[in-house]
Amino acid sequence: MDIAIIVGLDVISGIASLVLISAGLAVIFGMMKIINLAHGEFLMLGAYATVLSVSAGVNIWFAMLVIAPVFVGLVGVIVERCLIQFLYGRLVDTMLATWGLSLVIVGGTTMIFGNTIVGVSSPLGGFQVGAYQSSLYTPFLALMAILLMTAVWAVMRYTRAGLIARAVMQNPDMAATLGVNPARIYMATFGAGAAMSGLAGGLLAPVAGVVPTMGAAYIAKAFITVVGGGTSILWGLISASGLFGFINQIAAFLTTPVFGEVILFIAAVILIRMLPTGISGRFFKGRL
Amino acid sequence: MHLLNGMIGALVGSAVAAAFILTAPLYVDLFQIMQLTVFAAMAVLALSLGFIWGYGGILCFGQTSFFGLGAYAYAVSAINFGDSTPAILLAILVPVIFAALLGYFMIYGGISDVYLGVITLTVSLILFNLVNSTAGDFYKIGDARLGGFNGMPGVPTFNLPGNPGYILTPEQAWMVTGIALILVYLGLRLLIASSFGRIIIAIRENETRAALLGYDPRIYKLITFMIGGAIAGFAGALYVNWGAFVSPTIFALGLSAQIIIWVIIGGRGTLIGPVIGCLLLQWMVTEIGAQQALDANFILGAILIVFVLLVPKGIAPTLRDLVMLRLGQEKTAPPEVSVKVKT
Repeated sequence: MDIAIIVGLDVISGIASLVLISAGLAVIFGMMKIINLAHGEFLMLGAYATVLSVSAGVNIWFAMLVIAPVFVGLVGVIVERCLIQFLYGRLVDTMLATWGLSLVIVGGTTMIFGNTIVGVSSPLGGFQVGAYQSSLYTPFLALMAILLMTAVWAVMRYTRAGLIARAVMQNPDMAATLGVNPARIYMATFGAGAAMSGLAGGLLAPVAGVVPTMGAAYIAKAFITVVGGGTSILWGLISASGLFGFINQIAAFLTTPVFGEVILFIAAVILIRMLPTGISGRFFKGRL
Repeated sequence: MHLLNGMIGALVGSAVAAAFILTAPLYVDLFQIMQLTVFAAMAVLALSLGFIWGYGGILCFGQTSFFGLGAYAYAVSAINFGDSTPAILLAILVPVIFAALLGYFMIYGGISDVYLGVITLTVSLILFNLVNSTAGDFYKIGDARLGGFNGMPGVPTFNLPGNPGYILTPEQAWMVTGIALILVYLGLRLLIASSFGRIIIAIRENETRAALLGYDPRIYKLITFMIGGAIAGFAGALYVNWGAFVSPTIFALGLSAQIIIWVIIGGRGTLIGPVIGCLLLQWMVTEIGAQQALDANFILGAILIVFVLLVPKGIAPTLRDLVMLRLGQEKTAPPEVSVKVKT
């Protein structure tokens, strides 16, 4: 019984972390149809912002939930203005440029901070399930994932910015004809996506080793989730995270975490063969 | 006529290169010969991506997967057989089978370029994690222990075919690697000039039109992808032969990025471009490695960004256009690669 609860918690935590690490990538993919290959580095920058703020004496909650997303969001806007805006309409070149950016950020961070692990301690304690110990941070991550998805849904559904965003997602040319400036939308999208990645990076900082190359550990799962989910930001992300998080955690429980990732990938490739535009391309077409 | 001229140029160039390769040990010291050997092995890898991306239009971000599988297949079978000849064959066969499986799911699934790039990249990331986790006695194939992140040291290097007792000297290994590079280059040139090559270029230019003319784009793309896998796997065997060592870093993200950069700066849609890009970058990374101030990743990333923004065609096609302009001829260059993305 206790083991079932622990595995259940693992599954929830797996799904929640997939939602968090993939959200920023999904927003940029849904709006701009590109995969941001510097996504892992945005996570890393969020984690560094958190760690550095905490060691400068800032409250850890403020560092994770405010400083990390704001800082990485600004980085995203700067990147869009200095790099991405020159490549509109060249999807593959845009991806290559973000890959170059990823190398530049990893190299730059290594030059500044060195290739050493820094970290902050987890701010919440643990709790007991029978013979097993679990961290309170897990339910907290799940809560954050739910809050983030609710916030995305509310913004998309009830605000003018969300209305414009949905219009651009459905038909960018028509939206432009009706007076929406695509350049501004893309800048805001990239900033918002980067801010979500920064938030995820900040939330990961207490549970991950923070190094310049830490992004590589997360991007495989984030890529699979977004590709499996398709271009619909909310439903694609939630359905893919739910499916893949479940498969991954069960497989990891039965074998090892690494084989869990392999099985996750095989499942994703089979899914892509059947649904080449992702889950949302088939079941949630045109929805958020 | 243009094709013939091009082929004559390629043959003359190859003959000059072959003359250099065979005489180099006379006037180049052993350290530099070793250096050149690994450059040549990597250039074979560059050709594999230059072919499938530049001619097949397949955006593969994870060519290291096939390179690494070839390297591990070679290492495992060379340790077990004690003879390099079947090991080289397996180093080609294993990546081809893997490319066939992966390519079937991706190409027959009809996914877009963006998805294909991301999935191939993800494969290399996962293979990296997987091989990294194979430390310990449990993970061995025959006599070969995979060794996890420590890699596999002491892999037998190439021997004379049929005579496992005769191990090639470093100079001979250099000649084999260099000549292999030339043969792969010429082989690909012939393939591109053949009707198969013309069909895959037609598919790259306009998949729908090629399909309406009766060519099934999927099978042609799959075969192209498998040929790329075979060449990359062969490059993996050449690479292990150079260092007698293989470790999971062969699958790492940094190398995947470098292969892309070689092809980008050399030029998509040419074969000599990726080779030039590879040699230039390898030399540069070696030079950067000798100093401490600048991180190699930083420079590589900056180069990639600059080329994507300013020289998207790459060095070889840009130079060719400049020369053509200077000569006042009209462009006889084949149309540049247009990688279209379905959204």
